[in-house]
Amino acid sequence: MKSKQILVLAAALVGALLIGAIFILLAKSNPITAYSVMLSGPFSSNFGFTETLVRTTPILLVGLGIIISFRSGVLNIGGEGQLLMGAIASAAVALSFPLLPTVLLLPLVLLTGAVAGGLWGGIAGFLKAKLAVNEILSTVMLNQIAAQLYIFLMRGVLIDPQELAYGTGVPQTSLVPAGLWLSRLIEGNRLHTGFIMAVVAAILVYVLLWRTTIGFRLRAVGEGPDASRYAGINVEAYVALAMVLAGAFAGLAGTIEVLGVHHRALEDLSAGYGFSGIVAALFGRLHPLGVIPASVLFGALIVGADMMQRAVNIPAAIVLVIQGFVILFVVSSDLLMRKPELWDKLKLRLLRQSREEV
Amino acid sequence: MADLAGQGIFLGIIATGLRLATPYLLAALGEMFTQRSGIYNLGLEGVMLMGAFFGFFTTWVTGSPYLGLFVSMIAGAIMGLMMAFVSVTLKAEQGISGIGFSMLGWGLSGLFFRLYVGGITTIEGLKPWKIPVLGDIPFIGPAFFNHHFVVYLAFLLVPVSWFILFKTNWGLTVRAVGMTPQAVDTLGGNVAATRYQCIIIGSMMAGLAGATLTVANAQMFMDNITAGRGFIVVALVYFGRWSPLGILAGSLLFSMADSFQLWVQVLGIDFPYELAVILPYVATIVALAVSFGRVWAPAALGRPYERGARG
Repeated sequence: MKSKQILVLAAALVGALLIGAIFILLAKSNPITAYSVMLSGPFSSNFGFTETLVRTTPILLVGLGIIISFRSGVLNIGGEGQLLMGAIASAAVALSFPLLPTVLLLPLVLLTGAVAGGLWGGIAGFLKAKLAVNEILSTVMLNQIAAQLYIFLMRGVLIDPQELAYGTGVPQTSLVPAGLWLSRLIEGNRLHTGFIMAVVAAILVYVLLWRTTIGFRLRAVGEGPDASRYAGINVEAYVALAMVLAGAFAGLAGTIEVLGVHHRALEDLSAGYGFSGIVAALFGRLHPLGVIPASVLFGALIVGADMMQRAVNIPAAIVLVIQGFVILFVVSSDLLMRKPELWDKLKLRLLRQSREEV
Repeated sequence: MADLAGQGIFLGIIATGLRLATPYLLAALGEMFTQRSGIYNLGLEGVMLMGAFFGFFTTWVTGSPYLGLFVSMIAGAIMGLMMAFVSVTLKAEQGISGIGFSMLGWGLSGLFFRLYVGGITTIEGLKPWKIPVLGDIPFIGPAFFNHHFVVYLAFLLVPVSWFILFKTNWGLTVRAVGMTPQAVDTLGGNVAATRYQCIIIGSMMAGLAGATLTVANAQMFMDNITAGRGFIVVALVYFGRWSPLGILAGSLLFSMADSFQLWVQVLGIDFPYELAVILPYVATIVALAVSFGRVWAPAALGRPYERGARG
C-alpha cells in the first residue's frame, strides 16, 4: 500500500511537470534547461536551500491546519485569509505594546496570530455547524474579505508613519520591535527559527490527531458524521473546532512570516501560501509527517520557479499551473486507490506491454 | 435640478447594475444546469478566468470582440471537458478538484498573459447596441435599452433556460440525473453523457461570462480579474434555488451591490474603497446563511454516480 501511494504521488508530480513542459515549449524555451534550473537551483546552493526552507515554513503551517480540517470532513479553502488575519493582528499587537519585555510580548504576539486566524476560520466553522453553509464557498468569500481588510488596515490606522511623512503611502506597518524578530539559523540567510517551530507543530498535530480523544473524535466526524452522532459525539462542535484549529495554524503562519521574514506586515506577504498549503497537505496524503517533505517540495518549486524566471524568462506563474495539475492528478488517482481491482488491471496491462516489448 | 441629478444617479446605478449582472447571470444559468445534473463545478473561477483571457486576447489580436466571445466559449468548453473527465469519469471529489481547476485557470491565464501580451493593454471592446425607439425614451432608454449585446442575451437566456429545463425532454433527463441517477440508468438513460453535456454547457457559459468582464466591461485583462466571481456564482445558484428566476433575482442583487460600490467611488463619497469592495462577498455569505438548510437541492448533488452502489 505504501509503495503504491508513493508511486501514484510520483506519477502525479511527473505528470504535472510534463504538462508544464508543454507550456515552457510554448514560451519558446527549452524545457530541459528550464527544469534543470528549477529543480536543481533550490538544492545546489546554501542560498537556494535556506530560501526553500523559508518558503516551506508557512506552507507547512497552513498545510497542518488543512490536514486537521480535511480529516474532520471540512474542506477549508480559507488558509489565505486566515494567514493574513493572523499577520495583521499580531503586527498590531506587537506595535501596540513596545514596552513589554520580549519574554511576555513574543508569546502574546504568537498567541494573537493563532487566535485571529482561529476566529477567522471559526466564522466559517460556525456557519457550517449552525446554518449548514458550504464551507468551501464561505472560506473563499472570507479570503476576499480578509485581503481587503488587510490592505484597509495597513493603509489606515496601522500604516507606517514614515510612509505618511514621506508621502509614499505604501500600505505597510512599521517594523515590529527588534526583540521579536525570530533569530536567523545561519548567518547571512533568511532561514529563521520559525522553521523549527513549524516542524515541532507537525509533530504536535500528529499527537493531537492520533494520540488524543479530541483528535480521534475529529477524525471520526470526518469519516462518518452520522455514525459519530450515533456514538454521542457533538458533530457540530467538532466541525467548528476543526475550522478554528485550521485557522489558528494558518494565522500562526502569518505571524511567523511577520516576525521571521519581513519584520512587518506588508502587501504581498503571502505568496499564495494559503493555496500551496492545500496542495502540500493533499500531496502529503493528509498526514502531518507526510506534509513536511511535501512542503519542502512545494517550497522548492516556488524558489526554483523564481530562479527559472530570472534564468530563462519563464513567468513564475507556471508554479500555479503545476500545482493545479498536481491537485487534479492526486484527487483523480483516488479512484485508483479506492478500487484495488482497477490497480490490478492496470498492472496486468503494463506487465503485458512490457513483456511484448521484451 | 438636484432632483434631476438624483434621478440620473439612480438610473445610472440601475444601468451599471444591469451591465454588471451579465457575467453573474450567464455563468449562474450555466452552473444551474451543471448542478441540476448533480455536479457542482467549483472550478468556475478558473473557467471564467480562461474565458476572460481568451476573449481579451482574441479581441486584441483580431480586433473582433465577437470572435473574442466565441473563442472564450471554446476555451470554456475545453476546461469543462477536463472537469467532466475528472469529476464524472474519474469520480474525483468535486470540491477539491474544483479548487485545482481554479488554480489552473488562475495560473494559465496569468502565464499566457505574461507570455503573449506582456503588460496591461486596453482593447476596443464591444460597443453598446441602442434598441431603436425604446432606447430614445428619456431616462429609461439609456438605463435599460442601451447595452452590449451580451446583456440582452443574458436576460433572454432566463426564460430560454427555464423552458429547456422544465419543458423539454432533455431538461427532464437533466433533472432526473441530478435526483436519482440510478433510475435514469435503469431506464437506459446515460448518466455520464448527460453530466458531461451539462458541465460543458455550463463551462461554455462561464467562459462567455469571463469574456464579458474583459471584452465588454473592463476592455482589458489583468491577473485574477474575476476576483472570486466564479465562486460567487456557485453560491448564487444555491441562493437562487436552482431556478432561472431565483438566479435572476440573485444576480441582480449582487450586481446592484457591485454597482452601488462603483457609484460610491464615482461620486467621490468618502467611504473607504476596500470596505466598499467587500460588499458583494459579505452579501454572498449572508445569502448563503439565510438560504441554506431549508432549501431543496438536487438529491445527488456532489455525489459521483457508481453503478451498483446504493444511493
